[in-house]
Amino acid sequence: MNIGAVFADAARAALDPFAIAYALAAIGLNLHFGFTGLLNFGQAGFMLIGAYGLAITVSTFGGPMWLGILVALLGSVLLSLILGLPTLRLRADYLAIVTIAAAEILRIVFRSGWAAPVTGGAFGLQRFANPFYALNPIPDGRYGVANWAYSERTLWLMVVGWSLVGLMVLLVWALMRSPWGRVLLAIREDEDAARSLGKNVYGYKMQSLVLGGLIGSLGGIVLAVNQQAVNPDTYQAIVTFFAYTALILGGTGRVFGPVIGAIMFQVVLSGFDSFLRRAIAGGVIPADVLATQEVGIVRFILVGLGLMLLMIFRPQGMFGNREELLLDAR
Amino acid sequence: MPADAPPAAQTAVLDGVAPEIGVAKPDPILVVDGVVRSFGGLTAVDVDHLELPRGLITGLIGPNGAGKTTFFNLMTGFDKPNEGTWSFNGEPLAGVSAHNVARRGMVRTFQLTKSLTRLKVIENMKLAATQQRGERFLSALMPPAWRDQERDIEARAMDLLARFKLDKMRDEYAGTLSGGQRKLLEMARALMVQPEMVMLDEPMAGVNPVLTQSLLRHVKDLRGQGMTVLFVEHDMDVVMDISDWVVCMAEGRIIAEGPPESIGTNSAVIDAYLGRQHDEDPAVAPGASAEPPHPEPRTQRASAADEEPR
Ligand SMILES: Nc1ncnc2c1ncn2[C@@H]1O[C@H](COP(=O)(O)OP(=O)(O)OP(=O)(O)O)[C@@H](O)[C@H]1O
Ligand SMILES: [Mg+2]
Repeated sequence: MNIGAVFADAARAALDPFAIAYALAAIGLNLHFGFTGLLNFGQAGFMLIGAYGLAITVSTFGGPMWLGILVALLGSVLLSLILGLPTLRLRADYLAIVTIAAAEILRIVFRSGWAAPVTGGAFGLQRFANPFYALNPIPDGRYGVANWAYSERTLWLMVVGWSLVGLMVLLVWALMRSPWGRVLLAIREDEDAARSLGKNVYGYKMQSLVLGGLIGSLGGIVLAVNQQAVNPDTYQAIVTFFAYTALILGGTGRVFGPVIGAIMFQVVLSGFDSFLRRAIAGGVIPADVLATQEVGIVRFILVGLGLMLLMIFRPQGMFGNREELLLDAR
Repeated sequence: MPADAPPAAQTAVLDGVAPEIGVAKPDPILVVDGVVRSFGGLTAVDVDHLELPRGLITGLIGPNGAGKTTFFNLMTGFDKPNEGTWSFNGEPLAGVSAHNVARRGMVRTFQLTKSLTRLKVIENMKLAATQQRGERFLSALMPPAWRDQERDIEARAMDLLARFKLDKMRDEYAGTLSGGQRKLLEMARALMVQPEMVMLDEPMAGVNPVLTQSLLRHVKDLRGQGMTVLFVEHDMDVVMDISDWVVCMAEGRIIAEGPPESIGTNSAVIDAYLGRQHDEDPAVAPGASAEPPHPEPRTQRASAADEEPR
């Protein structure tokens, strides 16, 4: 069994477009949950709106790709307003319930038969990112070593995608060191205290929801562009929880936490996946103990175990602040 | 201490005012009319008419559960009354949201302190400054737009922290402060807003006696600067010491108001604190009216400090 190949698989996944999508989704969640204390359990819904805003504009209506991205972002703002207006005045748990429900409703509506003329139903939509790949300056070929290699198309998306991640990290960093960010933190700590000091809590929560949702939608767009296809079932609730896993792995409430976390999540998931498959193929794990079809499930069990160990030995996540975490217990 | 004495011109305002419930005062800052709040069958607050004198210190007293905190919540937009109106500086406040009440110059503190645990002490303070340019989304991204202001705010914050003996804690998380220190931080933070009127809900609960003395001086300074203070306090020595006017609540209603001297001997107040049967109790009745009642032993007051909700 080739351990080197396992590492190469893990390394490939660490930087691939899925890592970018999770990083963006988790950056958005960090703004919501890590900095403002908003429980958004519907980040998959924001990703779906991002992906479909682009796909529908281009594939269904034949619009240009830039317009598709604009529609995606406007759609995301609209979703934030619809979710936030009625719930942000209420207790935190209402937003959680409404967002998780809304994300599921969106997925089910988008895959339904009567929406199919626009959304493509269960088959989704394809080939809406040609202009993006037409701009690719990277010559054809495979780049990298052995298993750790990317096609020119993937590499192009990675360059743009990671730049986008860098930009979003920079944006969040700039915001969180400003007085604006201080108000968000105050709301996370105690919104009544913020209110008593003259801060418009509702307005700030709304800004946070919109911005974090927008960043999540960018993640959806990256995912869609990567596959040149959208399908409603890509955006199941589990995607939101993967993004939360990434956030917690990296460290909640830290600017770089979600990025590091997304990479770690991909490394661990793909590393286990590759290891198990290769171990079965090489006969190290007998096929009657674990069959190849079961690998998909077992790797999640291992990720769960890993997460438990992390919570026991490093509850603040890789980059979290232990001092802050302990204050919660007082 | 001469600095403690209120400027004669300020307290003289109340000279002609009779110690009667709902009495009108010259130039009141807060006027309350018919404010009622009930929780199910319980009427927590039922205030017919109350005027608070501008630029003075008013003490709000009353037994536990009298409705003092609920009254604070109602006035500051944290709770809505079933009926009634009230105005601050002549402008009606009914329906005004809590943050706008603060922006209009009436800031309150909480009986259960609300320190922003995972913010540093200095950030707690800086947060409270108003009109911050860097709190707007777009300017937040352009530090030159707010850096100077931030520096001024920080200087003002340090000044206040020093007065509250918290300057050494400036870079500690607020969550590491003791109960009493949190009370101090919350009061200092409220002052960062530069309000016209502060409403302090048991500011001295859990604060040691020496610091209480310095806090009292600080509250008197505030009056010297023209600020109006309304504070809830169970320690009658404190109330008698610094109040220019005292309002007593019981079971949601105002049962007496007047200058501090008149309150100690007010029979309705003694009734409220000692129970109505005190007349029949020879051990209490004769002496009780001679001196101010001490409704709460100090040991009980200390409990207010440990009631951290989180
Ligand atoms: N949210 C609520 N729901 C139900 N009852 C309430 C609520 N808030 C207050 N009350 C009731 O209203 C009454 C007044 O409470 P409040 O907290 O205003 O008293 P207080 O004068 O501040 O007392 P203390 O001196 O103990 O702080 C109490 O009987 C209390 O049980
Ligand atoms: Mg109270």
